[in-house]
Amino acid sequence: MTDIPVSDDGRLGEGDLPELYRSGRAKQARAKRNRILSYAAGIGVFVAVALLGDWGKIQEAYFDPESAKVLFPEIITTATKNTLIYTFGAFVGGVAIGLLMAVMKMSSLRPYRWFAITYIEIFRGLPALLTIFIVGFGTPTALGVQFPTIFGVPTAGIISLALVAGAYLAETIRAGIQGVPKGQVEAARSLGMSPSLTTRVVVIPQAFRLVIPPLTNEMVLLLKDTALLAALGTTATTVELTKFGRDAFSINLNNTPFIVAGVMYLMLTIPLTYLVGRLEKRNMASR
Amino acid sequence: MTDAPAAPSSTPSADIPAIELRGLRKAFGDNEVLKGIDLSVAPKKVICIIGASGSGKSTLLRCVNRLEEPSGGQVLIDGIDITHPDCDLDLVRQRIGMVFQQFNLFPHLSALDNVTLAQRKVLRRSDEQADEVARAVLDRVGLAEKADAYPSQLSGGQQQRVAIARALAMNPEMMLFDEATSALDPELVGDVLDVMRTLASEGMTMLVVTHEMGFARRVADHVVFMDQGVICEQGPPDQVLGTPQTPRLQQFLEKVLEH
Repeated sequence: MTDIPVSDDGRLGEGDLPELYRSGRAKQARAKRNRILSYAAGIGVFVAVALLGDWGKIQEAYFDPESAKVLFPEIITTATKNTLIYTFGAFVGGVAIGLLMAVMKMSSLRPYRWFAITYIEIFRGLPALLTIFIVGFGTPTALGVQFPTIFGVPTAGIISLALVAGAYLAETIRAGIQGVPKGQVEAARSLGMSPSLTTRVVVIPQAFRLVIPPLTNEMVLLLKDTALLAALGTTATTVELTKFGRDAFSINLNNTPFIVAGVMYLMLTIPLTYLVGRLEKRNMASR
Repeated sequence: MTDAPAAPSSTPSADIPAIELRGLRKAFGDNEVLKGIDLSVAPKKVICIIGASGSGKSTLLRCVNRLEEPSGGQVLIDGIDITHPDCDLDLVRQRIGMVFQQFNLFPHLSALDNVTLAQRKVLRRSDEQADEVARAVLDRVGLAEKADAYPSQLSGGQQQRVAIARALAMNPEMMLFDEATSALDPELVGDVLDVMRTLASEGMTMLVVTHEMGFARRVADHVVFMDQGVICEQGPPDQVLGTPQTPRLQQFLEKVLEH
């Protein structure tokens, strides 16, 4: 040990190294070489794209200031506003359906369980777009029902998205309720609380905290799924973001409206996703 | 009624035992955990149940307030069979405080609210009254100044003492302790045992499942050794812990005490 030469900075000298150190050095050298290669490959691709791309044309097609300017203020005052109304409407409806289905699925009565299972399987298994068509086109035609409007937008889209979200949320909410430790129920029951009182004051408040992150996640998914409502056809006052971008694109066949609509979505979804992360971390800490 | 070899007759002074188990059996599927237990706890007495893990002692305790549903036999509280289908379990449980190994405090409520919740919702005490009782019992367990803390802000020992306070606030006639100190860091065990010892000296009827042999020796009126679902040996603490008769208890005590 003592005869290995050591330099001032603590590194071992070249001399007669034991196998342990020689092998370690070889591995470090390989790792360094791989790191350099990775950087080189990335920089190469970046430079190639930068040199070969026709940036003037790309900017004109995707980031044209004139095409962007005409979108305002309607893209915010109408399209984003409507997207939010569709999202919140479907979310509130979805949570209500989800809570009902979760409770039914945990019911001691078999028919209720079957109903909930059937509902969940159907609406999770169908493409959302098909559900939107069935509710938005099929139902008014077949039954002669006219869906009412809320906040100036038709409810057909909201209802269809709520039906789909409800199926997913049922499982989320059920997992939250069952995620409350058994000891909590035992403690409550040992104090003489009835089953329903235990559910109300001990289980639900804790389940609620558990499901806030996945619930927020579902809201992000819903926000994006409102784009599917473009397929229902909308008017100038009921248009949501994606359809708004699509309509603006048709005017002078420029990509910019899509990009601006995309930025609108991201300005909503990224803070929500960030919030989910924060809430999850907080839940971890309080466990 | 009693088909057990040694009919329990621990205290002749008490007419009706606070807790009496008659031929208590419990099976989880094919696994028989309790194989016919007869035990009686006289009022104001402290009974400690010792035994290796898996011996059925926790299951026995949990059958006393029917958190665990007995497969057979009877559980009598103050002479009344609570395994009868007509029995209102919520009312029974109001009279039996229970303390768990994992504390099971409600994490979304402060210590004070943990202690007031059942008082308000079950006993229908007013907010002021529940608050007053809660502060009194928190003071009794030495945590008056922690009333506003949340469980996550308390040490394990403090959480367990809040859990004891929560049970005491219901003015129970008897208390069940299910390995109340087993989940605690060693230096926190003493505080909880002190509270339990004080309760015992104040005349609380206690059925205590524990690994703390010192506590059993000093505080218990009667020690029960369980092994493989039966009561293997029982008697006064000095006798059971000092001069064990059966090889199984001798082995158990050697293992526990050699540390």
